[in-house]
Order: sequence, then structure tokens, then C-alpha cells
Amino acid sequence: MTDNETNQPALRTADVTRHYSMGEATIRAVDGVTIEIARGEFVALLGTSGSGKSTLLNLLAGLDRPTAGSIFAHGRNLAEMSGDELAKYRSLTVGMVFQSFNLLPRMTLEENVELPLRLAEVDRADRAARVQEALKRVGLSARLAHRPAELSGGEQQRASLARALVNRPTILFADEPTGNLDSRTGEEIMNFIQQFNKELGMTVIMVTHEAQLAKRYASRHFYLKDGKLSSNGGAQ
Amino acid sequence: MKSRDLMELAGRNLREALLRNSLTTLGIAVGVASLVAFLSLGIGLQTMAMTRLQNSGLFNRVYVTPRPIGGSLTGGGRGGRGRNQRSDDAQTPGLPPQLQPPMKPLTSTVRKQLAQMPNVISVFPELRFTADLRYGGTGHVTSASSVPFDTRGTGQFGSVTGTFFSSPGASEAILHNDLAQQLADQGNFKPNDLIGQEVTIRYPQRKPVAAPANQSPQDIVANGEFGPGFTIQSAEIKVKIVGLVGGESAGPGGFGGSRIMLPLDYVEKLNAVQGFDVREVVDNPGETIYPALTMLIDNPNHVQAVEDAVKQLGFGAFSLFDAAKNLQLLFKVFDSFLFVFGGLALAVASLGIVNTLVMAILERRHEIGVMKALGAADRDVRQLFFAEAGVMGLLGGVLGVLFGWSLGKLINFGLNKWLENQNVSPEKIWLVPIWLVAAAIGFSVLVSLVAGLYPASQAAKLDPVKALRYE
Repeated sequence: MTDNETNQPALRTADVTRHYSMGEATIRAVDGVTIEIARGEFVALLGTSGSGKSTLLNLLAGLDRPTAGSIFAHGRNLAEMSGDELAKYRSLTVGMVFQSFNLLPRMTLEENVELPLRLAEVDRADRAARVQEALKRVGLSARLAHRPAELSGGEQQRASLARALVNRPTILFADEPTGNLDSRTGEEIMNFIQQFNKELGMTVIMVTHEAQLAKRYASRHFYLKDGKLSSNGGAQ
Repeated sequence: MKSRDLMELAGRNLREALLRNSLTTLGIAVGVASLVAFLSLGIGLQTMAMTRLQNSGLFNRVYVTPRPIGGSLTGGGRGGRGRNQRSDDAQTPGLPPQLQPPMKPLTSTVRKQLAQMPNVISVFPELRFTADLRYGGTGHVTSASSVPFDTRGTGQFGSVTGTFFSSPGASEAILHNDLAQQLADQGNFKPNDLIGQEVTIRYPQRKPVAAPANQSPQDIVANGEFGPGFTIQSAEIKVKIVGLVGGESAGPGGFGGSRIMLPLDYVEKLNAVQGFDVREVVDNPGETIYPALTMLIDNPNHVQAVEDAVKQLGFGAFSLFDAAKNLQLLFKVFDSFLFVFGGLALAVASLGIVNTLVMAILERRHEIGVMKALGAADRDVRQLFFAEAGVMGLLGGVLGVLFGWSLGKLINFGLNKWLENQNVSPEKIWLVPIWLVAAAIGFSVLVSLVAGLYPASQAAKLDPVKALRYE
């Protein structure tokens, strides 16, 4: 990362828009959103179902491209990146945690966590230690050989966190990370995420519809409604 | 993604849907087996035909005549006349006599010159004479011919019963099986019993008439006079029968209709009367003139070069190389047809690969979405599907070659059993050369990769957001 990139905010959008065509109708999933997220911040994207918060998260994570506007991650415009550059951004800068965990069921925990290292072409010799380190951080180092189906929901989400951590990204995107968990397990997961934010300095962008959760962990909240920002990330 | 990771993931994916992928691979194997089976049949037949032709002695020889075949102006003249004379029948139509090309006879000097050319084993005339073979009190008038000692290493005498001549000038004979059978029938013994026996051969011998005491042959030539000529008398030799030969190897390229074969060096000393001797009397060249010479070449592949070199010297040259080339062309066309028919099964199998991979995309859509979210580029996904197609092609290719090879072995075995029952010597009509093994496996991988093009491209193009939503 260059000095110029180091001085830039973690994420900044300028009038970013994402429209979908459905027959003759145009769905404005994200409509002219401008936000700025500093490095090391923990922010929450809130809104009701269909408000566009997940679409915005996908845009910020480089999974989708905006119809208009710009998204800058550490000063680099994602909209101008090639497919390979975006893939590299997702591999090295970004970690993702999903509501449904999205672990690959045919792989063991170790293989699931190793997958981002394979994709990032990390040396084979370094991989085992990094997988161990990530699983140890989420308390799963004894479950290396288990498949996802053999784990509880909480354990699966912890494994998913380890997978998101293993490439040592600077930004963590969490899409409803506690949506499929009971409140006690959810809290456990949120504590891990908070720990990553505070101890590792990771910028965390969390999508949730639970205002209480956002209030408890995030330092700023962005509310979306019909694709527009209704509250511009005021500090709580 | 690094190649090793790619192959590991591809292997894992293939193992996950083991039955379906095995069936697809089996389909490819059947396709490759059919291709290998058809092509090895074509190759086997071609090899068998070419080997037989080469063993006949036709293809490692260049036949040299005193002028180019077809009477071209670029060549020399027709042999048999004096050095500065022309033959009327050798004239090129439409040209006045003074513009007719000079003729270049095949003299013993030319024979030595031709023998020194690269890749030439020997140069020899075909000496043939009428012989009366006498054994057991009866005579058999037949034809005897000379065999150069250098033909020992060729396939022409590969099937000889007994041995070849012990030396170039040995007083030994090899009889054709037909003559041996006749002698055996009359004497009530087995043809093989003739080997080691001594027989008498009577033949017409040329005896030169002495030149005038004060004139050498060169002087006679210089003066443009006729030579003194020769007389013909009966002569007799005793030779030992060392071998019997017959069957296919006694074809027209070998020893023609002759029933007695004698070593060339031995025959040259016999002074047996030849058909062209009469011309020598009137031509008077001062040295031996041959109507034609045969050049024995070390390898059929060098025949063309030698033939061209002989033509450059101004002689006519002819070989059956062109006939061999036509035969090879015929086999190439035949092989192409076999390739098309054999390849049809592989083409059908390749559709199986497309089907399997398209199904895999549907099943693994969500997984592809996750991989892309974790940093997989379109290229990684494409390569993964390509690798899976390639592995199926490789395994199918190897299995197919094994199937095809086994099938060939089985058919060869069955065919030879049948031939054995028909009292015919066994044949190897099914040949799987190493290059065919490599080519079949390579082609199988190639076809599989081409079949994987569409699915791989579809998988790579998947939108990660949509793919992640797909359950």
C-alpha cells in the first residue's frame, strides 16, 4: 500500500448507484449513496428488508459494480478496476462473513479456511501455520478435520470468521452475521468481530436489521431506506 | 491459483461426484478405444503390406538404364552401341539426327562409378541363363540367375530354408521350392533332403575368339572395326545346394522366374551366354556393356535421392518408390476414414463431458459464488473447470488406450487361431505404436478441453452476487 493510499479513508463512496432492470421496471437498489468510513471504524448499515443495505455491502466488497458513482477503497476506485483487480481486492483487502456462513460443505474446516490462501497463491509452506493461527483465534483449533455439517451454527460462523481473517485483510464485511444464530451465540460472534476491530485494527462494516446490535457494537450507523441514505452515519 | 492447487481442487471436485464423473470418463475411454482400435488396424495393415513389399526386394532397388525412361532429352543414350554412335530407335521425334542427344552406355566403368555413390550397397547386372540341372540321373531345363551377395541382409532371403551363400564367389546354389519339390517327387525324398547335396548344372558358355596377334581390343575399337566375336559351347559346373526359398519372397522384384539362384561373383566368372552378348559383338566397345544395372540401396528411404543422382548423371533411373508412395497415400486415405469413424465415438463422449460439467455448474453455483467472494478471479473458475475436463480426458485417454490395445490383442489372437486352422502363417494386423498411444491420449485431452470450453466459460461468467443467493 502506498503512502497516498495509507492516508485515504478505508472506504468512500460518491453518489454511488446500483439499478436493476426487471422487465420494463427499474429497481433502484442503491440510489445516490455517499458515505465515508475511516480506517479502523466499526460501522453498521441498517435498514429494513429490501432497503438496499446488502446491495451496498456487495458494492463496497467488490462483489458487484455500481451503475453510477464511485467507490474508493484505500483511495482506489473499485469501479475502474478490472475483473482480476477486483478479485485481488476481495482476496487480499477484504474478508467476508455471511448470514448463512457459506462454508463449503464438502471440505473440512482446515480446507475451508485454507481456500482463500490457495486463491491468493500464498506459499504452501506458510499455509498450515496461518490456518492454525486463524482457527485458534476463534477457538476452533481442535476441529480441523471436521466438516461444516458436524459443527453447530456458532462454530460454523466462527469458522467463517477464521476464513475471513486468514488472508489478514484490512476490511471485514459482515452481512447479518448473527441472523442464523441464537442470541447467546450471536453475542459470542459479535464479540469476536469487535475483538478483530479493536485488536487487529480491522475496519468493520456490518449489515444488520437489529438496531440494538448495531447500537451495542458499531460506532456509527447508516440507515438506508429504498436505496437512499436516510441517516448519514451519525456517531452513537 | 497455482497449478498444484488447481489440480487438487479439480481432483476433489471429480471425486465428489464419483459415479457421474466415472461414467463420463468411461464414455471417453470407449471413444478413445474405438479410435485406437480403428487406427491400429489401419496401421497394422499398412505395416504388414509395406513389410511384405520391402521384403520382396522391390523397394530398396534402383534400376538403371542407359537413357532416361520416356526418352527425355536430358538423359544419355541407349546402351549397346559404340560410344559415339546413335541408335535410330532412341531418336527423339521431331529432331534432326545431328541434334539427337548423345548416348551414354552402361559400361563397367559406369558400374564402378555408381557403386561409389552414397547409400549404395552394390551395383550389379542381372545375369540370367538357361541351365540344365542334373540330379539323380535326370535333367531339368530351367532358368538360373545371379544373386548379389549383399542381398543376404535383406528380407528377400528372410524365409530361406537352410542358409544363404557362404561367400560371394561360392560354388553354391539356392533352389526355388517348386524345383526342389519336383526333384523330391521324382526321387521320392523330402525337398529339405536336397540341402547339402551336390548337383551338376550344364549351361551355354561364351568363348571369345582370339583377336589378331598384332591388335589389342582397344586398337580394334580405335580403328572402328568389328570385334573378333565369340563361340558358344556347352559347359558344366558342380554346385552344392545350401538353401531352398520360395513363397512371397520369390516375387518379381527378387529372382523372377528363376529356379536356380547362384552367387553373382560366381556367375560372372562362368561366362554364361547372355541375351545382350550379340550386341557386344557388333558394338565392340572395348569393355563390358550392360543393358541395365540394378543398384541395391541400404534403406528404402534413400532410394529417391539415389534415383535423382543417377538421373543427374544422364542415365535413366526407375524404382518402385513411387508405387510405394501411392500405396502409402492409399493407406493414409484409409486411415483418415478409420479416424473419422473412430473419432465419432469420441465426439459423442465429448458431449458427455459438456453435459457433466454443465450439471456441475448448476450444482456448484453457490460454491462458485463463495469462491468468487473469497477472491477467485474468473480465470481461476475457468481454469478449474478446464482442469476437471482435462483430468477426465486424460484418464479416459489412458483407459481408452488400454481398452483399445486389449481389444487389438484379442482380435489378433482370434484371427491367428483362425489362420492357424486354415494352415496360413500368423499375421500381426493390429499394431499400436507408441506414437499412437501418445497421440490418442493427447487427442482425448484436447477434445475434453474443447468440450470444457463452454461450461468453463459459463462458470467463469457467473455473477457472484446471484450465485451466492442460489441454494
